[in-house]
Amino acid sequence: MIALLLILIPVVGGIAAWILRGETMIKTWSLLVSLASLAVMSVGLLGGLTPAETSFETAWLGQLGASFSLHMDGISAVLCLLTVLAYPLIILSTWNNTYKNSAAFYALMLFAQAGIMGVFLAYDGLLFYFFWELALIPVYFLSSIWGGERRIAVTFKFFIYTFIGSLLMLAGLIYLYYQTPDQSFAWSSLKAVQPTGIKGALVFWFFFIAFAIKMPIFPFHTWQPDTYEQSPTAVTMVLSALMVKMGLFAVVRWLIPLFPAAAVAYDNIIVGLSVVGMIYASLLALKQDDLKRLIAYASIAHIGLMAAALFLNNQVAMQGAAIQFFSHGVNVLGLWIVVDFIEQKMGTRKMSELGGLASKAPVLSILLVVVSLANVALPLTNAFIGEFLMFNGLYQFNIWYAVVGGLSIILSAIYTLNMIQKLCFGTVSAATQSAVDLPRSAAFSMVVIVVAIFVFGIYPAPFFEMTKDAVAAMITFFTKQ
Amino acid sequence: MMPINYYIMLAMALFSIGIIGVLTRRNAIIIFMCIELMLNAVNLLLVAFSKLHYGRVAAFSPEATTGTEAQLFVFFIMVVAAAEVSVGLAIIVMMYRNIHSVDVNFLNRLKH
Amino acid sequence: MTKLVSLVPLFPLIGFLINGLGRNYLSKSVAAFVGSAMVLAAFIVSILVLNDVRLANAEATIVTLFDFIRTGDLYIPFAFQVDALSALFLLVITGVGFLIHLYSAAYMHEESSDHYARYFAYLNLFVFSMLLLVLGANYLIMFIGWEGVGLCSYLLIGYWFKNQDYGNAAKKAFVMNRIGDLGFLLALFWMLQQFGSLSFSEVFANAPNATTAAITGITLLLFVGATGKSAQIPLYNWLPDAMAGPTPVSALIHAATMVTAGIYMIARSNLLYVLAPTSMTVVAVVGLATAILAASIALRQNDIKKVLAYSTVSQLGYMFLGLGVGAFTGAVFHVMTHAFFKALLFLGAGSVIHAMHHEQDIRKMGGLAKKLPITHLTFLLGCIAIAGIPPFSGFFSKDEILMHAYAAHPIYYYIGMAGALITAFYMFRLYAMTFRGKFRGSDEQAHHLHESPWQMTLPLIVLAVLSVVAGFLGIPELFAHDAHKLQAFLAPIFATGSSYMEAHAVDHSTEWVLLGTSVVLILGIVAFAWNRFAKDPDLHNASGFGKILAEKWYVDELYAAIITKPMQLLAGFLNRVVEKSGIDGLVNGVGRSVQWSGRQLRLLQSGQVGSYVLWMVLGMLLLIVVSVFKIF
Repeated sequence: MIALLLILIPVVGGIAAWILRGETMIKTWSLLVSLASLAVMSVGLLGGLTPAETSFETAWLGQLGASFSLHMDGISAVLCLLTVLAYPLIILSTWNNTYKNSAAFYALMLFAQAGIMGVFLAYDGLLFYFFWELALIPVYFLSSIWGGERRIAVTFKFFIYTFIGSLLMLAGLIYLYYQTPDQSFAWSSLKAVQPTGIKGALVFWFFFIAFAIKMPIFPFHTWQPDTYEQSPTAVTMVLSALMVKMGLFAVVRWLIPLFPAAAVAYDNIIVGLSVVGMIYASLLALKQDDLKRLIAYASIAHIGLMAAALFLNNQVAMQGAAIQFFSHGVNVLGLWIVVDFIEQKMGTRKMSELGGLASKAPVLSILLVVVSLANVALPLTNAFIGEFLMFNGLYQFNIWYAVVGGLSIILSAIYTLNMIQKLCFGTVSAATQSAVDLPRSAAFSMVVIVVAIFVFGIYPAPFFEMTKDAVAAMITFFTKQ
Repeated sequence: MMPINYYIMLAMALFSIGIIGVLTRRNAIIIFMCIELMLNAVNLLLVAFSKLHYGRVAAFSPEATTGTEAQLFVFFIMVVAAAEVSVGLAIIVMMYRNIHSVDVNFLNRLKH
Repeated sequence: MTKLVSLVPLFPLIGFLINGLGRNYLSKSVAAFVGSAMVLAAFIVSILVLNDVRLANAEATIVTLFDFIRTGDLYIPFAFQVDALSALFLLVITGVGFLIHLYSAAYMHEESSDHYARYFAYLNLFVFSMLLLVLGANYLIMFIGWEGVGLCSYLLIGYWFKNQDYGNAAKKAFVMNRIGDLGFLLALFWMLQQFGSLSFSEVFANAPNATTAAITGITLLLFVGATGKSAQIPLYNWLPDAMAGPTPVSALIHAATMVTAGIYMIARSNLLYVLAPTSMTVVAVVGLATAILAASIALRQNDIKKVLAYSTVSQLGYMFLGLGVGAFTGAVFHVMTHAFFKALLFLGAGSVIHAMHHEQDIRKMGGLAKKLPITHLTFLLGCIAIAGIPPFSGFFSKDEILMHAYAAHPIYYYIGMAGALITAFYMFRLYAMTFRGKFRGSDEQAHHLHESPWQMTLPLIVLAVLSVVAGFLGIPELFAHDAHKLQAFLAPIFATGSSYMEAHAVDHSTEWVLLGTSVVLILGIVAFAWNRFAKDPDLHNASGFGKILAEKWYVDELYAAIITKPMQLLAGFLNRVVEKSGIDGLVNGVGRSVQWSGRQLRLLQSGQVGSYVLWMVLGMLLLIVVSVFKIF
């Protein structure tokens, strides 16, 4: 029931938002809808997630063997929680931005939420593919209508690139469908196929490439910095905090259970790619002047670690990754809120043109410093737990991967501190002369994020509890073959 | 009747002449004539083979009806040829009205 | 009482929250009061804890707060370990910390009240992190405190954030610390792989069963972390730059507490190091090399704080030398005495800077003895202590280290002694140029010269007293039997480690000779330096070999050339060539090739009827051939 509600509420809310008039009315309505999802999820979590609440199944395309079945296990619960928490914060922190034709804007945002939720919940292959594309389309429209100057070319590239990946996945999915004993797309049926040989490897790589493009990991990442840069920041928040988790989650729910043998056989390549991506992206981040591009590359580095952690066949590392899904989402959201504010109020995103915000906007600076430190995984912040466990797993897998990947923590300190220094410290520049401090709505969102950073940094036990069973189940897939 | 080879060679010759005409001639009406030539070559061949098959069977049972499908098909081809010619000639008349020539090379003006 | 140990870090944390959140609303006196009172409260609880520990003798008490990480086989609790070593450090941190808070109340009074409160908030946060570091019952909690003090160091060095150079110094400190932290983290992972746990009790219990190679690897990686945090070769050059921060910060963080984290860590892990003699040698050699290198640089520095900074690096080198030769108690003893006299010296320097209205160049000072009596006297006592003149504290702690060094390898002793002589020289050069001779500053400055307020002089006096008497906690065998109270106190910590070490001892007659010669030599150098620099201060710019020393052996430039520049070039190359032209070029290339093939295909649509018919015919021929000869 809860699973179904989590998808229905944004869809219905989005349709309603399209009909409404008046910008404030639309914004308030969207906020209420997102809070409703948050409420539903909280009620579910607080009462303990019973199977009745977390699963839902109904007939859909019987002739094709596809049913509308949803299922929320521990890891999807974490991600659904992230989504329902992120959306109110996104809407609240961009409250003061005006978007022309805001009805369409907020409706599309809510549809995107429905699509993302669907990806996290789908338990049927065709339904999963359906939601995978459904999440992409509103985002494409959002970026291409409300984006920056180069938006058309950039979003077009983003759409085609991601779509090619999805088509590869569809091809693999259909192949698997024909191999299933009962001609159905259900997760359990697809899992029973376990293809081998050349065809099995090919299907595995098709799926992997689709997810790799979405995450993104090196070398499929080049769409990301441009898209993040050109999208309106609210959409970047959705892309960066939520949509990348779609790719990672798809590995957890679809790639590894369906192809455990291939996952083990190719683990060195994938982990190696991810580690290279971590260093590569961190080095590139050193050279970025545009704030959005800096955070985009930093994000690639973080995602690289999470992607690597999923293939280590290590329960502790995978648990760390599951926790990091939430932590990274929350932390990167904090960074984007600051970037959005700076872009709106100071008109520039270039770090070379900014400076001295600490004297003009102290609250902003402090919150920025805290969130940035969370991004470099300072202990007692939520990101540290995940990173520690993941690096530990990486070390157990192969010492050299851990050493090379560990260099990224040094690089991340360099570019993050560079960012803080260029933005907050030093003398006030022309652009920041007229700066004002964060408005209350954005400050409130940031405070929520900061609280989450420290509470879960000191007491991560709830997340361990939530994900424990799902992760244990995942490990059995690895070892079963 | 004559050996079937003669008919085959004649039909092939006519067909080839027709094809070469279609490919190389510039006048639209000549092209139509060549298309007719091709169709008639095929008709000739069909009738010849019909006779051949009947001839083989007629020694045993004179009232057999083998080979009649081919002659029926010839009528179909003739009907289609007639229809196609009428439509085609109408198009050529329209073309002539516009560019005052029946040279097909001028048709690339449609591209612009 | 020991259960109350959680209060010790809690008090400064509360102080941080109050001063941090309320910085716009609190007046300066309230902010200073809150900050100092919290640390004082922590100090009082630390005394009670110490008392408990003295009575409990050998047993360490573990206070578990909650489960931090519990997943699969991995269990790491958020727990504190109270024993002699942590209790001692608690006392030093909170005691010296309180004095410095008191001092800061007057020193920082020029700041506006919100920045003033911010300062105390950061300072309290630092004390909190340092306490976590020494209280942790496992390496992860230690690591949390380890990074926490690095953060606070960054925040405090860059406290006056409008200045870009200060910001760069802060960044440098954080990044170099991070490099060390990577080593520490790798050691943690290795430990987890080897022992399955990070708790001290479990690691030390299982250590003798592990291979020497594994222990050596772990300890070397831990030492890499220590070189970052405690400013040893090769990660030491952040410390002199860190003098950009306010002087009380330099006193607390970069003299008394944060930089001693590395020594604490190795002292805590003494069993591991004893089991890996190679690591001990590495520690000793690196420590000794750093001690000499830093001392040589200090000879030629003209900024009062920079001299003290290099002096700190040098003294830390001695502490590592002590650890490396097995003088664990000696090293910890030196940590304690050094905390007293180095904090004293820094605070004294702060007092001078305050009186000279922010002048830090000793070439512009001189003759301050009469104008700043208390500062002068306490500073002089600090100098005598650091030079190692008996019966001041520095003598006892340094000689304990040097004696153990002699017992291990006499060459360590000779080099170490040379360093001690250089130390005496540059310290008294500093003293003489600052307080003796004629005043070389401007008349403006001469006018404003006055002694500092009581909040600044009281800590100076207290620290001076401690610098004088603290040595009597560690009277060596040579002078009196069983009088080394500190050794007796810390014995349980180092007991297991000592059982694996061969005992070296220097026989008493050699020790007398060495001690006697060293004291005489030091007194001679002191007298020489005092005299020379009082009469003829070092005013010219250095030249020749002196220039190399003044330019710090060009190490910063070396690092810039070997590490920073290549990294930036690599990043630039990757950005321009690999990313834009390479990978992205490939992706865009796919798009462009699709467009190209479309253009080529479009040529088929020529508008020529003849070619269309030709293609049709050819296609038909192809189909006929294919179907007749059954190719597919």
